[in-house]
Amino acid sequence: MRVALFATCLVDALFPDAGRATVSLLERLGVEVVLPTRQTCCGQMHVNSGYPKQALPLIRRHVAAFEPYDAVVAPSGSCVGSARHQHAAIARRLGDHALERRARDLSERTYELSEFLVDVLGVTDVGASFPHRVTLHPTCHSLRLLRVGDRPLLLLREVRGIDLVELPQAEECCGFGGTFALKNSDVSTAMLSDKLRHILSTRAEVVTAGDVSCLMHIDGGLTRLRTGTRALHLAEILACAGRQ
Amino acid sequence: MSATFLGLPATAAAGVGNLRGDKPFPVAARIALADTQLRRNIGHATETIRAKRAAVVAELPDWEELRRAGEAIKADTMARLEPLLVQLEERVTAAGGTVHWARDANETNAIVTGIARAAGADEVVKVKSMATQEIGLNEALERAGITAHETDLAELIVQLGDDKPSHILVPAIHRNRAEIREIFLRAMPDVRADLTDDPAQLAEAARRYLRRKFLSATVAVSGANFAVAETGTVVVVESEGNGRMCLTLPEVLITVMGIEKLVPTFADLEVFLQLLPRSSTGERMNPYTSMWTGVRAGDGPREFHLVLLDNGRTAVLADEVGRPALHCIRCSACLNVCPVYERVGGHAYGSVYPGPIGAVLTPQLTGVSQNPSLPFASTLCGACYDVCPVRIDIPSILVHLRAEATRAKGGGVERGAFAAVAWAFGSPGRFAAAQRLLRLGRLLERRRGRIATLPWPLSRWTAARDLPRPPRQSLRRWWARR
Repeated sequence: MRVALFATCLVDALFPDAGRATVSLLERLGVEVVLPTRQTCCGQMHVNSGYPKQALPLIRRHVAAFEPYDAVVAPSGSCVGSARHQHAAIARRLGDHALERRARDLSERTYELSEFLVDVLGVTDVGASFPHRVTLHPTCHSLRLLRVGDRPLLLLREVRGIDLVELPQAEECCGFGGTFALKNSDVSTAMLSDKLRHILSTRAEVVTAGDVSCLMHIDGGLTRLRTGTRALHLAEILACAGRQ
Repeated sequence: MSATFLGLPATAAAGVGNLRGDKPFPVAARIALADTQLRRNIGHATETIRAKRAAVVAELPDWEELRRAGEAIKADTMARLEPLLVQLEERVTAAGGTVHWARDANETNAIVTGIARAAGADEVVKVKSMATQEIGLNEALERAGITAHETDLAELIVQLGDDKPSHILVPAIHRNRAEIREIFLRAMPDVRADLTDDPAQLAEAARRYLRRKFLSATVAVSGANFAVAETGTVVVVESEGNGRMCLTLPEVLITVMGIEKLVPTFADLEVFLQLLPRSSTGERMNPYTSMWTGVRAGDGPREFHLVLLDNGRTAVLADEVGRPALHCIRCSACLNVCPVYERVGGHAYGSVYPGPIGAVLTPQLTGVSQNPSLPFASTLCGACYDVCPVRIDIPSILVHLRAEATRAKGGGVERGAFAAVAWAFGSPGRFAAAQRLLRLGRLLERRRGRIATLPWPLSRWTAARDLPRPPRQSLRRWWARR
């Protein structure tokens, strides 16, 4: 199976480790992975900040870059949410009906990583080993836009040596919200402080999630306060292959 | 209602009512965040209501179908609002009521004041109503020498405390019982001096105070939860029984109703009377449901006036994406689950409609340019959409209104920055060049591996959080060399 990695701009530029982990995990599971280099950004930041017209060329580019592939996989619930719930709608509102159709077709074979592993590949045990205490922040867009449900947990439960602990108030937003973190930085920080309090209460060494954007926010607080808990993308845990 | 609009329908009247705050949301929110008592009160209250709602919603196997039915009925109502309103007018008139059409807050306030004056009243009792808070009716009556007495307990606390409502359902949610005791001791005449903060004692004090008002007032003002076009029936749901007192004891009853409160048929209430109490108070049924159709000789008010309020609603109706905001049945479930509302409370929104629904309704009623910060008062986490009993896709409307807000603002630094970023994302070559430029950021931090200070506007990030040091190699560079 040939799959295109929808790396997302943030992973590409700032968190390549999450992208490399996704590639190595998928290859270990026998998937042929391609990184289409025409991709840049899905345009979500522009749409959500009130600049849909500026996003339109980015949506066009995204669709053209990924259209040739059987399936598209992204290590991000939020960016898949954008492809699934925004691309076609923006194209329609701005009058590009051909793009609307193409975006809808493409979104139907675009998957968030845990969806792809559990639903398409049909695996929950990916042969990973990670002997650490871990808690999962399920992320708003994975939960409420994509409805990934407990798929990330199904995957984590099969990891060798993991000490998986439940995060209190897990479903509450971490306060990132894209440019919300800048425009409403005080509210964003108040939300983050509660999220950190819950994470630290688990005494986990690692907090994981399916989105580097939320993790960037959470990790930003964790390292600022020298908490001794770090953030790792789900793919980075699942890619850790130990002796079995 | 056969008005011909020249251009766009009018937005809510300016200079009157409570739809515009005096500070942008981020500034008002910063002040609210520092109020530790407020955060404790609201955090505790919303957590309690959230749990109650979740429990009673889980009991119904057909909850999702009910939500879809509620959404469908409201969409149908909005699609034929004009003929349905005319039908309502006919039925109310036939049942002996009088219907008034009011374009905005000023017209409504003038109509209500005129009716109260004609009845010779110098005081009115009020049932809790969002519409009358929206238009600043109490203040207008005050200017005309008429005292309005709020009779809902939470509204009474707000009124006696010379405060503003901070929640749609629980206007005094920001107050705890110790604060309520102080307000009563200060502002309630004849209150017993040894009043404690025991809830039963507080309720008893309010009951004694209000009973005198119910018995002396000749005019009552209410809002409406629903009005049935088919029958001309108006519906008010409540918990305390104060509404029932106001709706039955006075001689003149005036109901101020937003034009979107309509439902086509009596049978439609079957859906909403299930959705509303479970979503709002977390109860299977609300304690009091009052329904009346016009007037009846020898029973209840002898005069009934229904004021149909627009105040920007037709402007909302004209917007295909924003229109579902009119479907709102004012349950407050979205406030109670909103992580932003939970931390800042209702006053930060500057409008009687706070929280997620307020962030989509208020800017549409006033025009986005008058409340440009509200559509951004959300992380788009989607919790509001999940609990909305009529499935209003609040996040999508927020995103839509953000585009309007940036369009209204025109150029500026932010637009330039977004254009520059879009340009950089416009080709893989430019994006790769931007990534190389980003690597210079590695120079900012060489000890801890984290960037802790950046210039404005990124200082808003680094004030409380680190940023990772940019990587030595981007993903595409790694891929190319692989």
